[in-house]
Amino acid sequence: MSEMNTSKKNSNVVAPLINGLLKENPTFVLMLGMCPTLAVTTSAINGMGMGLTTAAVLTMSNIIISLLRNIIPDKVRIPAFIVIIASFVTIVGQFLQAYLPALNDSLGMFIPLIVVNCIILGRAEAFASKNNPIASAFDGLGMGLGFTIALTIIGTIREMIGAHKVFGISFADIATIVHAPASVSEWLSAQSPIAIFVMAPGAFFVLACLTAMQNCIKNRKLAKGEKTKIQSGCGQDCLECSDTGCAHRFYDQDGKDCAIGKKEENND
Amino acid sequence: MSGIKKVSSTPHIRAKDSTAKIMLRVILALLPAALFGIYNFGLKALLIIVISIVSCIIFEWLFCCITKQKNSIFDGSAIVTGLLLAMNLPVLVPWWLVVIGSFFAIVVVKMLFGGLGQNFMNPALGSRCFLVISFPKLMTDFAYDTFSGATPLAELKNGGEVIVQNMILGTEAGTIGETSVIAIVIGGIILIATGVIDLYVTATYLLSFAAFVLLFAGKGLNLYYLSAQMAGGGLMLGAFFMATDYATRPITKKGQVIYGILLGVLTGIFRIFGPSAEGVSYAIIISNLFVPLIEKISIPKCFGKGGERR
Repeated sequence: MSEMNTSKKNSNVVAPLINGLLKENPTFVLMLGMCPTLAVTTSAINGMGMGLTTAAVLTMSNIIISLLRNIIPDKVRIPAFIVIIASFVTIVGQFLQAYLPALNDSLGMFIPLIVVNCIILGRAEAFASKNNPIASAFDGLGMGLGFTIALTIIGTIREMIGAHKVFGISFADIATIVHAPASVSEWLSAQSPIAIFVMAPGAFFVLACLTAMQNCIKNRKLAKGEKTKIQSGCGQDCLECSDTGCAHRFYDQDGKDCAIGKKEENND
Repeated sequence: MSGIKKVSSTPHIRAKDSTAKIMLRVILALLPAALFGIYNFGLKALLIIVISIVSCIIFEWLFCCITKQKNSIFDGSAIVTGLLLAMNLPVLVPWWLVVIGSFFAIVVVKMLFGGLGQNFMNPALGSRCFLVISFPKLMTDFAYDTFSGATPLAELKNGGEVIVQNMILGTEAGTIGETSVIAIVIGGIILIATGVIDLYVTATYLLSFAAFVLLFAGKGLNLYYLSAQMAGGGLMLGAFFMATDYATRPITKKGQVIYGILLGVLTGIFRIFGPSAEGVSYAIIISNLFVPLIEKISIPKCFGKGGERR
């Protein structure tokens, strides 16, 4: 199965890239890596920085894990993955400290915590350990950029509503930059932002709204009869996958024919 | 919701109560406090009450239209939410803040969770807490009689003197509906007399809060301090109108007693040990979240079942 998959992916490196960006966006579709998504997206810059850092770690760890996929024994694969990921997180963390100290300070603890980000371990387990290095690299890049875009969008919305700023520039300053009348920028600076949006609850509000929006689009497509596959996390359709023991199988839209349910039945 | 209704076994009592009728009684009971608020703070208070009620109704109607649900604005619950929200706001808030508050109360807290009876916390209070966190400056700007002072509770917290008679009468700074103990108690009596609420939650709340203040405030048996704490802030409004909300209080009497004690203790902790002087709204919404757990431990035993047999 994985051989066929490899040859298919090999011919087209764009597919895993698009897959990560849109179809299986780690944040909005797979719902992975929620901890950094909710915690660091207080501003667009923070979200983008976190996303790009994760993307860098994800791409490099995917390549190395894919290269070592035939060497790492199955039974100790998780510790081995973690060691590889942790090494890259350390390297990237040192880079940030040296060249982007401000970003490093505002992300703080969440840089070392990338080690336990489920997107990275998830892609290592679901994709990199089964596919060749090139496809894995593009998968990591696609997933990483999808994560970056999602975090930047969440960060931008939260910053705009919660602090009246876009990428750190306040609305009033923007009005001055575009030569709006002085009264406009005065009016803008007098408004009080909804501060809860840059606090923890705001992250949940924004994420919920964005996820609801993309579910709405997906449901409309389903209603029109366009078949959408069941998101699996490995680029395959869970309905047509024979690997019933796979830990990454996902539920169907209305909970029918779910692999996880089947597995539980077998256990009984 | 599906059409299936879970009905207990016979015999059944038939009552003429409907949601709209109960809501009408609640509105009636809220009127004394609302009217006193208008008397106390001027016509600006009336304006805020009207904006709040109208925007609550409009948001509920819009939500029902957009999600293609049966229109639920005629059960009157949106009016109650709007009125309660306005009574929880200081009189100086700008109009858009009231609209944002109504949106949060109706759409986020109430309708998104399934509408009336499904809300997990009191919509008006959830919205008030949202507003307090979002706009701390605007929401704590209590001005009264051109004197921009603190509320009596804040003064009490800072060791100042307060006049308890004024707090009971209500001629003090505060939110629109919370100041007058007399008006709220009249409303509470109307609620009890018309059978909308009983005293389980309210009495246990007030008693446990009083006990907490006596035990932990470090003032000893100081009746002046105790009465100021009881009359100040949103305690009375919360105890009679917010904590007794049908959807967010436990069903059984045993559960309601536990819930009331939890409310009293939490309010006491927030007021005495917390950084801010007021703690009723947080205490109520946190206790609302505990209600499912309280229900779990207060399920009545079926007849003929139970007992500690081994």
